[in-house]
Parts: sequence; structure tokens; C-alpha cells
Amino acid sequence: MSAEQTRKLIVLAAIWATLVLAPYWMVPLGGYTALATRVLVLGLAAMSVNFLLGFTGVLSFGHAAYFGLGAYGAGLTLKFLAPSTPLALVAGMLLGGVCGAILGTLIVRRRGVYFAMVTIAFGQVFYYIAFQWSSLTGGDDGLRGFSRQPIDFGLFKLDILSDANNFYFFVLFCFALVVAAMGFILRSPFGRTMIAIRENERRSRFLGIPVERHIWIAFTLSCFFMGFAGALYALVNNFADPRGLHYSQSGDFVMMAVMGGMRSFWGPLLGAAVFVVLQDYLSSITVNWMSFVGLLFVLVVLFFPRGLLGFIQRSKA
Amino acid sequence: MNVLEIQNVTKRFGNLVAVRDVSMTVAKGELRAIIGPNGAGKTTFFNLISGFFPPTSGAITFDGRDITKLATHQRVTLGMARTFQITEIFPELTVFENVRIAAEVAGGYRLRPWINASAKAQIHRRVEETLKLVSLETKTDRLVGELAHGDQRAAEIAMALALRPHLLLLDEPTAGMGDQETYQITQLIRRLHRDSNYTIVLIEHDMRVVFHLADRISVLDQGRMLAEGTPQEIAANETVQAAYLGNAA
Repeated sequence: MSAEQTRKLIVLAAIWATLVLAPYWMVPLGGYTALATRVLVLGLAAMSVNFLLGFTGVLSFGHAAYFGLGAYGAGLTLKFLAPSTPLALVAGMLLGGVCGAILGTLIVRRRGVYFAMVTIAFGQVFYYIAFQWSSLTGGDDGLRGFSRQPIDFGLFKLDILSDANNFYFFVLFCFALVVAAMGFILRSPFGRTMIAIRENERRSRFLGIPVERHIWIAFTLSCFFMGFAGALYALVNNFADPRGLHYSQSGDFVMMAVMGGMRSFWGPLLGAAVFVVLQDYLSSITVNWMSFVGLLFVLVVLFFPRGLLGFIQRSKA
Repeated sequence: MNVLEIQNVTKRFGNLVAVRDVSMTVAKGELRAIIGPNGAGKTTFFNLISGFFPPTSGAITFDGRDITKLATHQRVTLGMARTFQITEIFPELTVFENVRIAAEVAGGYRLRPWINASAKAQIHRRVEETLKLVSLETKTDRLVGELAHGDQRAAEIAMALALRPHLLLLDEPTAGMGDQETYQITQLIRRLHRDSNYTIVLIEHDMRVVFHLADRISVLDQGRMLAEGTPQEIAANETVQAAYLGNAA
């Protein structure tokens, strides 16, 4: 038991050390800091999808909607309300989370394929709203004309706009907060009821768990996390894209989660890293980069059904 | 005092009447066996009691309270626990985790995002006591999905017991078991009934088990309540012999 705990602590320390030092080891390896920032943000989104998929056993194929809502929430706040980065993040998270909470009440009664279809349908509604409402959202061109603002600590200001390393550490700090919240919830009695529902819905019901209500809470939480990731993504790009709401984006998040390993907490981050780095590298060589990512996905699913991290964990044990 | 009162319950599926105008009363501390040929409506009857689906007509009272319209999880919260003919467990979790989830839900912690140290210790004690009761205390860290069939049934019963139920519904507890496992599970049910005073309703095909355990027996046939009485009365009942025991022997 304690040997197991020590091993877990070492792995955790290694993960955080890798993330904290990323700007210093990525550059010599031919990467750049902004790429690491993208990995963190998309990794957070994939982990949010996986909060539902891997730990409640419910597949949402429309989670990009809440990601995109987070991005528009942050962008619109910076553009029209106030030049405050923290306010933009909170606004984005609330927009994604509240919309998720409302639609979730309609979605959680469905299961399996029907659940996935309904989440796609609601997701597409937001996509078309963002696409059509040009006066507010910029339509097809996306929302422009805002940028992330320095963080004001009173005594000094942290420049996160022009200093890539500063911005990376700011995003890492936000990432750590949300990931800590996720880990905390999953280790709680409520988190165990999520896993119970994933493992056996009928048994959960017959233990006295109101299954629909618990799925709704998990869905809503994951939409809040997703909205937060989306808000960060708007800050990364200083831009909100209607395609960030599209179901193909939802598919990318599911792909990252499954490729990385949906039964492991950190798997989706690894999946996102592989996805983002491959995309960055291959898209400079060929416009058909997605077919290579897709090929890798198929290989992983065929040969490592528990994902890349699941495979690594299994071969160590 | 009666734990369970079922009044004139009927369940229709389209044209099929699976349970027809059945009444049954179970007293506190009683062990009631429900027997009947295949397709007699025993499991449907169980599903009506546990709220898997509502009856077409009739009423069900539990601990003096009308539960006819309550959902499954609400009945569980009131103190009704059930096992299934095909074991329903959390296969990829350990024995301990399976029972802990039940204990936490029963303790009212299911919505808590945290649990303090003393509550945690209390839950752990309850889980360990329950596992000892079903003789699984040496297998706490094993994955339930990897246990032998008999141990999986015991784990499912442990989950039900961790809910501290007033009524325990067991759907064919010895289904698919060999003689040794059947003996062990029968002894366990006997202990729960005699020593811990659980009120138990069980469906069972194995007549040795039924006559060994039951205080009273209810016989269902083609959705109707054919007879009810002590094991001696049922064994002597000619209608039952003709409809059921005669065929089985």
C-alpha cells in the first residue's frame, strides 16, 4: 500500500516537473513555448471531456459547444465589458457551465448513442448561432479585436501578452487549479458515485443513487471545466473561432481522451500533447495531416485499447 | 408489525399479465421464500416490490408507508435492498470499494465533495464489519470481477447489507452455484436471519434451500398467488403439488 503510494507520488512529481520546466526543455528539442501552452489548454479540455467519458461512462459528442462558449464568453468580456483577464476567464467558465447545466437537464435522460446524438444536436445549435449572429460574434470570421490583458497584482503587473513564458506559467497555474478540483472531486464520495454509475448503472440505482441527478451534476461540472478551458483558449489566440464550437472539434477532444487513455486521469493530457505536436509538425508538411493523426488513432485503438497511458501503466505493472 | 404489505398488485405488459392480483404481507423478522415454476412471474413481482417499474394497479406499503409511486433509489433510501439473479456488482473495483460506495451512500455522503477523517474511519469500520459478516475479509483488495461466482454473490449481498436495510430482497441467491457454494450462501442467509434479525424475501428454485430457510412460503403460478403457508403446509398442499412440486419431482 505505502509502496504504491510512494510510486504514485513520484509519478505525480515527475508530471508536474515536466510541465513546470516545459519552456526550458521544449525549445532545445525544436518546440516553442506557445506550443506547450496549446497542449495545456487542449489537454485541459480533453480531461474535462474525460471527466464525463472516463469517470462517469457517458460519451458527450458536443462538448466543444461549452469550450466554444467559454471562448466567446472570455472574448466578448474583454472586447465589450472590461479589460480584465481574470474576469474574462470567470465569464467564459460561467457561460459554458450555465449553458451546460440548463441543457444537461434535457440530455441526462438519454443513454449511449442517443446521449451522444443529443449532445451533438445541442452543440450544433451554438455553432450556428455563433456563425449567424455576425454583429456580436463576428460570424464566420470569428471574434477579433480583443487581447489578453496584464494581470494586475497591485504592486506589479504580470505581462502575459508579449512574454510567452509568463503566459505559459499563468496558463499552467490555471490548469493546476482546475486539475486539482477534478482530482479532488474524483476522490470524494461523490466522485465514487460517478465511477459506480460508469461500472454498473443498475447496481448504482439499487444502492440508492439517483443516477440521472448524479450524471447531471457530473455533466454540469465538466461543462464548467470545459468553459474555463475555452476561455483560456481565447486568451491563447486572442481570437474566438466558431469552429471551436463545431462537433468536429468535439470529436478531436474525444480522440485525444481515447488516444491518451480514458480510464486514466492524465491520459487525455498525453493524448492532447501527441495530437497538438503532430498537428503542428505535420501541418507544415502536408494539408492532409489529419489522415496521419487518424491513422495513429486507429492504431492506438486497435493495439492499445486502454490508450497510450493505459499501455505504459500496464507494461510497468 | 408488517414490513411489507402488497395489496392486489397487477402488472400487464401489453396483452401479457405477468402478475395478476397478488397480495402478500411480510412481518418484521420473517424469512419469506417465493417459489413457482419458470415464468410464474416471480422476478416481475420482485421488480414491482423494488420499484424497477410501477404496477398497473394495486398498492405497496413499506414500513407503513405507501411506496407504490416511489422510484427505486427512494425505496432504497427508505431501507429496501436487493440482489439480482445475475449478479450486479462493480467488476473493475475492489471488494472494499464496492462495499464502501454502498456504505457512503447509505451514510448520506453521496453528494459530498469531501469526507472528514472521522466519517471516513466510521465508513471503513462499517465496510470491514460487513465483509467479515459475509466472510470476504481476506479478499478486500481483490477486484470483484476476478472473484469466483460464489464470492461475487457474497460481495453483492455485502453491498446490500452495507445499506443497513429493513428488508433484504434476494433474487435466486444460489443460482448457478455448486453444492459447496450453495451450502455457504445458505448458511450466510440463515445467520443474517437468525442472528442479525434481517427481514428477508427471497426467490429460490432449490427446494432444499427453501425448506431449510423459510418461515413461510408463497407459491406463484402463472402470475397468481397459488398458496401461502409454512413449509409444512406448502409441502402438504395438493394444489401446489399438482401445479409445481409434482412437475419438478
